[in-house]
Amino acid sequence: MNARSAGPRTWGAAIALALAATAPAAQDALRGEQVYARCLACHALASDRVGPRHCGLFGRLAGSVPGFAYSPAMKNSKIVWDEKTLDLFLAKPLKMVPGTSMTYDGVPDPGERADLIAYLRQANASPECRK
Amino acid sequence: MSFLRMRTPVEARRLFLGRSGLLLSGTAVALLAGHDALAAKAGRATAGDVQILNTALGAELEAIAAYQLGADSKLLEKPVLDLALGFQGHHKAHAELLAKTVATLGGKAVVAKSDYNFPVDQLKAQADVLRFAAKLEQGAVSAYLGAVPLFGNRELAKAAASILGDEAMHWAVLRQALGEAPVPSAFMS
Repeated sequence: MNARSAGPRTWGAAIALALAATAPAAQDALRGEQVYARCLACHALASDRVGPRHCGLFGRLAGSVPGFAYSPAMKNSKIVWDEKTLDLFLAKPLKMVPGTSMTYDGVPDPGERADLIAYLRQANASPECRK
Repeated sequence: MSFLRMRTPVEARRLFLGRSGLLLSGTAVALLAGHDALAAKAGRATAGDVQILNTALGAELEAIAAYQLGADSKLLEKPVLDLALGFQGHHKAHAELLAKTVATLGGKAVVAKSDYNFPVDQLKAQADVLRFAAKLEQGAVSAYLGAVPLFGNRELAKAAASILGDEAMHWAVLRQALGEAPVPSAFMS
């Protein structure tokens, strides 16, 4: 089948498949936004607060936001933030980086961590983070 | 003797170090609970405890500044303004106690930033200010909840839980003022 021969029904099926693929990710991010509410005493997407900003998080070397006063432990951790390192850190921050200023026991539920990371990934593509 | 009755932090620290060597001990209890009797039972405070207290202090100082922003915005009606200033007073009390405790344990208390980069352009009405404050309070409850299990000293954990309770009440009242269910769930996380 080529594009010319694809009828409305075929396109409809393709769109439905695409929606089926993206909808769970969107739902994950929506749940993740609720989990992110736990972070709001210290963090924001676009500005540094008690903790550093989350815009630009993926691929960033830990402890590298210019001007932010990190703990020596975080600064020397050599972690690069991605889905895997975030999952490990969020599970037990002080276990992964002893001495971090993020004195928080962690998000123990793997599903909640995955949702939170999905939200952070989505937020990083948002206009707020693209400014 | 309570550390609260010491004339200077230096004097308090000297006494503290004299009693415990270089260890951060349960004498922090005396500061937070107001008497020394519990100190012996509460276990040792650790350098980690000082870090927890300092992180909490940083958030409290930001909350004080956030409420000041709300108070200065001229967006709050009188009863709401009074409420905000009352809550700000609680945060000031938290910050003062946390800073004293950090100093007593031999740490250096963090100080308020000169600029917090708040989202001022998003605060256009009273409800915006309330929602902004509610998010900070909700986050604070979660932050304290995440900190309580980490303390080496159980009395410090208890004191943090006491602050958590206060901030949960702030969050509930702010939600109520916004017309939302004041207590949206049976558990906090």
